Amino acid sequence: MIRVERLRCAYEGRDVLKEVSFEVERGEFIGVLGPNGAGKSTLLLALSGIVPVRSGKIEILGRPIDRMRPKERARGMAVVAQDADARFPFTCREVVRMGRYPHQGRWRIDSVEDETVVERVLRITDTEGLADRMITAVSGGERQRVVVARALAQQTPLLLLDEAVSSMDVHRRLQVFCLLERLNREEGLTILAVLHDVNLAAFFCRRMIFFKNGETAADGRAADVLTPEILERVYQTRVMVQEIGETGKRQVIFLP
Amino acid sequence: MFYWACILLSIVAAVFLASGIGSFKISYRTVAELWLSPFHPAWASDIEDRVRYIVIHVRLARICLALTVGGALALAGAVYQGVLLNPLADPFTLGVSTGAAFGASLAILTGMGWIFIPGMSPLPLAAFAGALAALSLVYLLGRLDGRIHTTTLVLAGIIVSTFLSALISLLKSLNEDSVSTIVFWIMGSLSGKSWAHALLVLPYLFVGGAVILYYARELDILSLGDVQAQHLGVDVARLRFRLLLAASLVTAAAVAVSGVIGFVGLVIPHLVRLTVGPHHRRLLPAVLFSGGLLVLVSDTLARSILPSGEELPVGVVTALLGGPFFCYLLLHRKKYLQL
Repeated sequence: MIRVERLRCAYEGRDVLKEVSFEVERGEFIGVLGPNGAGKSTLLLALSGIVPVRSGKIEILGRPIDRMRPKERARGMAVVAQDADARFPFTCREVVRMGRYPHQGRWRIDSVEDETVVERVLRITDTEGLADRMITAVSGGERQRVVVARALAQQTPLLLLDEAVSSMDVHRRLQVFCLLERLNREEGLTILAVLHDVNLAAFFCRRMIFFKNGETAADGRAADVLTPEILERVYQTRVMVQEIGETGKRQVIFLP
Repeated sequence: MFYWACILLSIVAAVFLASGIGSFKISYRTVAELWLSPFHPAWASDIEDRVRYIVIHVRLARICLALTVGGALALAGAVYQGVLLNPLADPFTLGVSTGAAFGASLAILTGMGWIFIPGMSPLPLAAFAGALAALSLVYLLGRLDGRIHTTTLVLAGIIVSTFLSALISLLKSLNEDSVSTIVFWIMGSLSGKSWAHALLVLPYLFVGGAVILYYARELDILSLGDVQAQHLGVDVARLRFRLLLAASLVTAAAVAVSGVIGFVGLVIPHLVRLTVGPHHRRLLPAVLFSGGLLVLVSDTLARSILPSGEELPVGVVTALLGGPFFCYLLLHRKKYLQL
């Protein structure tokens, strides 16, 4: 699905990514973690063609990213970005409907299929209640849910999230991730999520990639990389890793 | 639907009323007979040729030009606001209008011989060059650590605009032109314009307007910000370049015949957005018509309000209407400007 080979990127004159390589297979659910400034967000911007590639290459769905037209890329990969600002008072339903843009031709007005998709994603993301409110008038967490809905409306095989749940409360975070896990399991949606919350990642992501100083510090199955040694090396903080009884998942406690 | 009926009816009514107003008294009955004469030639048979000439070749020509110029400026304003995500942007506050006026004045001063293209007046093209130069300058000045800030951009626009206004005055004075031509370029006027002028602007409005309407859906998506628009498959850099070019083209064509008429492009998109909503597919045509209506009303006021029969520059009227509106926007900046 994604192939990143010896990727180097500079952002505002600074080398942010140095020689990053990894591959993503169909159906994976990956968490990308690491301290601030490790290059996680730049990686996502590079994957969506916004930050130019210095050297190395990125392939998405088997095609080099610089050979893809923007609309074509948006049919293969949806991204939920960190900053979801909104300037004009569109209703949330209209914002979700914009997710259909890459599927629409120039002269085609929203089709029945588009409407069905929009109503479906509003329902599964539990944003029906927001649908008729203005995007400029909802709270930060609500806006993030609308943006997740919009990304799902793109109906792509690949979904990238950049701190997509940072403003949501605990209940909504878990709700969104349970939905993502279901889509991942039932529909084979491949997910790559940049997260700050290690424990949220530990619950849902089967594979984790840790970034530090623009390089991959660890990459592997959650059970293999969630160890005190790796976490202490990445975050420079003392940690305790515990197994949660019946779930078999691990949780991390950072110690001051 | 209701909105469209309202705006079209208001335009027809305004055109009818405006064509009866002027220093030469002509009754509305006569105007109506003239309007209907294509369908019933007998009604107009006893109207003097002089009256017919005044209504059709003086007043209607000027009315048509007012509608065209107003539509062009308002459309450009809507595009600048949408592309730059800046609620204070319009051809005047960005310095584009003054840049166009400067380009046109420079072309007139140098005799215009140096850019002659057969069958086309060089004036709109010179204005276009001036508009693009001013916009690029404002864009460069308005950038702060790689980002465009709402207020710095407008500040840069006003600096460039003031400087170019001074240059226009200097050019005109050196050329021993009268004060009235300086006032024409800086405050705008439709005085003494004919059908030829209206026909000069229309092709540019048509071409620029077509490009702008073609990208209506993309303008909606652009309101989510650059990064998100890019994620949704919009080629943001290319789209922005084309739209700024198109908006500057229609501005330049309007300024080339009317001088700098301020605030139309600022006020109209905000008012229209309140009534038809933010969808550019509906907003842009509505802005086109409402802008035309505003300039028509302003121009009619400008040529009839002084008891002495003297004309005001139309820019004076739009600024009198636009200034308080600008203040209103600033007072409610939390809601509209998000500063």
